[in-house]
Amino acid sequence: METTQFDAIVVGSGISGGWAAKELCEKGLKTLVLERGRNVRHIQDYPTMNMARWEFPLRGDSSRLEKEENPLISRAGGYDATTAHFFVKDADHPYIQEKPFNWVRGYQVGGKSLIWGRACARWSPSDFTAPQRYGYGIPWPIGYDDVAPWYSHVEKFIGVCGTREGIETMPDGEYLPAYELNCVEQHLRAVLAQRFGRHYVSGRWAHITEAQPIHREQGRGTCLNRNLCMRGCPFGGYFSSNSSTLPWAKRTGNLTVRPHSVVHSVEYDEQLRAATGVRVIDSETKQELVFKGKIIFVNASALNTNLILLNSKSRRFPNGLGNDNGLLGTHIGFHNYRAGMGGQLDGFEDKYYEVGKPAENIIPNFRNVHAQDTDFLGGYVIFSGASREDLNETGFAETIGANFKKAISQPGKWTAYMYMQGETLPKVSNHVRLSKDRTDQWGIPLLIISVDYDANDDRMVADFLTQGRAMLEAAGVKDIKSGDNRQPPGLDIHEMGGVRMGSDPRTSLLNAHNQLHQCKNVFVTDGACMTSTGSQSPSILYMALTARAAHHAAAQLKLQGKVG
Amino acid sequence: MAMQRRELIQLIAAVTGCAFVGHDALWAAEEPRTPLLYSDSDVDFLDDIADTILPATDTPGARDAAVGRFMARYSAACYPPEHIALLKSGLADIDAQMQTLQAKGFRQANAAARISLLTQIDRQAKEHARLADAKPGDNSPHYFTLMKQLTLYGFFTSEPGATRVARYRPIPGRYKGCIPYKGETFWSW
Repeated sequence: METTQFDAIVVGSGISGGWAAKELCEKGLKTLVLERGRNVRHIQDYPTMNMARWEFPLRGDSSRLEKEENPLISRAGGYDATTAHFFVKDADHPYIQEKPFNWVRGYQVGGKSLIWGRACARWSPSDFTAPQRYGYGIPWPIGYDDVAPWYSHVEKFIGVCGTREGIETMPDGEYLPAYELNCVEQHLRAVLAQRFGRHYVSGRWAHITEAQPIHREQGRGTCLNRNLCMRGCPFGGYFSSNSSTLPWAKRTGNLTVRPHSVVHSVEYDEQLRAATGVRVIDSETKQELVFKGKIIFVNASALNTNLILLNSKSRRFPNGLGNDNGLLGTHIGFHNYRAGMGGQLDGFEDKYYEVGKPAENIIPNFRNVHAQDTDFLGGYVIFSGASREDLNETGFAETIGANFKKAISQPGKWTAYMYMQGETLPKVSNHVRLSKDRTDQWGIPLLIISVDYDANDDRMVADFLTQGRAMLEAAGVKDIKSGDNRQPPGLDIHEMGGVRMGSDPRTSLLNAHNQLHQCKNVFVTDGACMTSTGSQSPSILYMALTARAAHHAAAQLKLQGKVG
Repeated sequence: MAMQRRELIQLIAAVTGCAFVGHDALWAAEEPRTPLLYSDSDVDFLDDIADTILPATDTPGARDAAVGRFMARYSAACYPPEHIALLKSGLADIDAQMQTLQAKGFRQANAAARISLLTQIDRQAKEHARLADAKPGDNSPHYFTLMKQLTLYGFFTSEPGATRVARYRPIPGRYKGCIPYKGETFWSW
């Protein structure tokens, strides 16, 4: 007989769910992790991890048919024939786009932590205060100092590489050795510092560049730079739930992971004025089950967390759990990745690198830091890198035959690129809601997504296009090609908000410890909790907030026997 | 293909010490489901074209890497129908041009004649691309652009091309950001 009574239930096994499981299990709580997808075991279930490109019939590319059958997911970053098994199929998981939105999902144990981008820079103090200072959002109920120790806690465990730079807009953390800049990247660093007073820094990535005892204890080793991360890493070189938090939690003896468990809703008891459990549909048997827990962490990924709470209706909460103010599902944010550019530069031809790195460099935000100094609100970071071009035959004397083969086999000119990752503004109009008449294969209402860019995003894109070009040109980059691809939101895979944190229950859903104001034994610590989007990649903040909330939850349970 | 796949699965099983889970679903999505579009003779012809572009020297050439078969497989699975038709029409055109020049087919001509003709067609293809760039709207490529792209991609992602012409490190180890360059071939990807 399956156990249905737990101390804690965690909905979702991705990057934040895995962290909730680890922290709660370490505190001695019997914890159930519900995962809607299949099981994926570290190493055993990475079928492509050791395949060379020539072992794939199309060398790793997706066929036209597969793209035609999956027009949405096949556009996701990192999706190809080597990784497709970690992404959903379009037909299996429909949703309604009121405005174009590519919702990227990975339904399996580990979720999208297997296929994430791994960027791990910290937010700066001003990222937390900017929405209030410049009047584009409600205040965060916490600031940098509340999160800083939890950033450290997470960084040490998962392994993050980087340099210590003392940059105001991108605070330093607990870093393993950084990936070196190559010669052109060093040149860009020097030019940006001298000509613009800006920083060009090797990025901070969840890669173990020098394994520490805490990593070896997890069974993980140093990254060997195969650069095939999203297939799953046989060395555990990058962080995922599968390689790190879930096996760690399992060792406590307190963890139960239940795959194939599609969460329908959170159950609420009016007498107790608390959530009592989670209603689940077993995707294999179609059986409906209820699991009971004293605390519930909803970490289903930002938009699915919104869906579950909206679908958790009771007499007390007819519009969704904790949704007295009607704001649940609103103020959805994302990151603006629309623009990029690149070009060639002369020189440095006696220099190369060995071999590749699973990393890029970052230019931290330099806009609207101390004052509103542009015509747009918010900030952006720039990712950048340089490499030698392959297979460009421009200027070759011979274009067919033995001499051509020799020439084309050598690295070409150096190229450098930049692309933006911009903050978007939280707005009530960017929202998700439940369909009234359409359901998925489990009878759960489909999610309607209504999220779009606005004029602020356009102005930010224009500023990046100007600034990026100026920086590249100053470094001698020529023939710069740039563009605004106007890609639909969602392809950033940084969807956030809908269940935002705040001090005021009239304008927010969650308190300073990520508890629903109106139902305190329910915690939301994935992207849904975000009050504003900031400009840095968000996953490490979710991990830090999760660890912080889990400690709070466990402490309350110990003290009072319940949370609420 | 089936044989190759089984070997591959065994290889992965050996390397990882466990069964190759989920391979059926994975490979089903990969296998081109289009009907056979190229005859054996087409594939041989593609091999000859590819091998003229990238011949065996002191290192393997395109034929050693079975680039013709790759071109057929890849275009059948990935190209839109009009590009497949364009590619196939290119075979007939190359043969016809060689007939005009040498009174024999491309495959019967000697290496010098092949290089000379393909160099000329390559120049036409580049001119075609230049004009198409300047004139937005008409973006139909030249067939030889497709052939050359497939040749380069197919060759440098093949085992001989990636490991014996370009340089391949399955497990690189430490990343070195800045090393001297003395004319070596590029790192395969």
